[in-house]
Amino acid sequence: MSALAVLPTRRDEAWRYSDLAAAARVWPVDEPVRLSVAAGGTRTLAILQDADAGETVIRDHRIEVEAGGSLSVHLLNIGGALGRVTFDVTLGEGAHFELKAALIGGDEQTIELVTTLRHAEPGATSAQTVRAIAAGKATTSYLGQIKVARGAQKTDAAQSFKAMLLGRTATANAKPELEIFADDVKCAHGASVGELDKAALFYMASRGLDPASARALMLQAFIAGLFDDMADEAERARFDAAALAKLERLE
Amino acid sequence: MLTIDNLTTQIDGKTILKGLSLSIKTGEIHAIMGPNGAGKSTLAYTLGGRPGYEPTGGGVTFEGADLLEMAPHERAAAGLFLGFQYPVEIPGISNVQFLREALNSQRKARGEAPLSAADFLRLAREKAALLGMDMDMMKRPVNVGFSGGEKKRAEMVQMGILDPKLAILDETDSGLDIDALKTVGAGINAIMRAPDKAVLLITHYQRLLDYVRPDFVHILADGRIVKSGGPELALELEREGYAEVIAA
Repeated sequence: MSALAVLPTRRDEAWRYSDLAAAARVWPVDEPVRLSVAAGGTRTLAILQDADAGETVIRDHRIEVEAGGSLSVHLLNIGGALGRVTFDVTLGEGAHFELKAALIGGDEQTIELVTTLRHAEPGATSAQTVRAIAAGKATTSYLGQIKVARGAQKTDAAQSFKAMLLGRTATANAKPELEIFADDVKCAHGASVGELDKAALFYMASRGLDPASARALMLQAFIAGLFDDMADEAERARFDAAALAKLERLE
Repeated sequence: MLTIDNLTTQIDGKTILKGLSLSIKTGEIHAIMGPNGAGKSTLAYTLGGRPGYEPTGGGVTFEGADLLEMAPHERAAAGLFLGFQYPVEIPGISNVQFLREALNSQRKARGEAPLSAADFLRLAREKAALLGMDMDMMKRPVNVGFSGGEKKRAEMVQMGILDPKLAILDETDSGLDIDALKTVGAGINAIMRAPDKAVLLITHYQRLLDYVRPDFVHILADGRIVKSGGPELALELEREGYAEVIAA
């Protein structure tokens, strides 16, 4: 019996902001999806989580990027009562990992992203850009752990999280966590939570945009560019359209 | 076109406009001048409907409708344009996208068909050229990284594209060097000097009025119009200073 068979509790760090009742409905969950990038190889991964209302989606990934390999992940996480996506990534020497993610929640949704980045060997780089928008009574959470192993010198890890709250009942959680056992590393991280700029909203209204259109435009701008570098154009169009449709549905 | 009748406005419970009255007819250009703190920007924001600028007395009629009852975007669709003293930066949204959405939002509110992307670009190119603004700048995010002068030019390009009936221009001349002032002045004349339009220029200095000749000049002090006259009043102010003219 694997550890996954036991339902997590709030005491589990990675679950402290989650919707445990929703998780219980599908427990036990599937084993993590395993993915590896061979030495020197390049891969991309695009995940659009747009499950129906009320569903529970828990999707874990265990990823290994071998020496000199590179993985680029795009994630749009917007569906279900609980939409939870996790990545546990181990980077070999000189490997590169990139994540661009948008989390958008409305109503009473809980939308989560949990990343554990293991810089196990020297010279690996990682860049994570996460944007979250919460409306209604929704909760968006990003828990991002970066672990730099002893001897993983010249690690360069960057993590940026920005959340936007559209109402007083919406919640955003950010939990960046750095664990560094090497002394010659660069780890940059930033997290901010804000709301729509009122001055900009009035400026847009003064040009004739009604409040709903002005808000939609501001939110599009907030997540703009996340999916621009997706190689597959049809896929990118699908992501952009799904994000836009979701933004238009937010109350 | 615009009638302001005994308007009072409060900000955070403090009365700034204290019974301001002014009437603007089509085809006219009015200038309001006044010292710092007189309430010039408050007047502009009250007419634009900015949240926090609370009209507490009097009224404003625009083209026969109660302006103060309308939401800011409805005022724009009705033909009011507010040129900002400090135009706002909006990262992530290009000028072209912003203005096309704004224009089509106005057209929809007026029951007109939306402008196609091609027609809009043609219009944008024409108005940008009128103000000597590069089309590349129109593709950049709204006001982001623009100098003070570029922002004011961009405001006038917006005005040209949105084609309002009444433009209220708040310190449009500030931040402009002499060449930009000429271009912006010529732009205002080209866009707004028409028998069915009107302009309210709000300014601290006379210099813009050399390029956009007003029909009427009003002096605003302590929340009221204290003196009105023709263009010569602006020259008198420039010569003698506010204190002198207000006291007289």
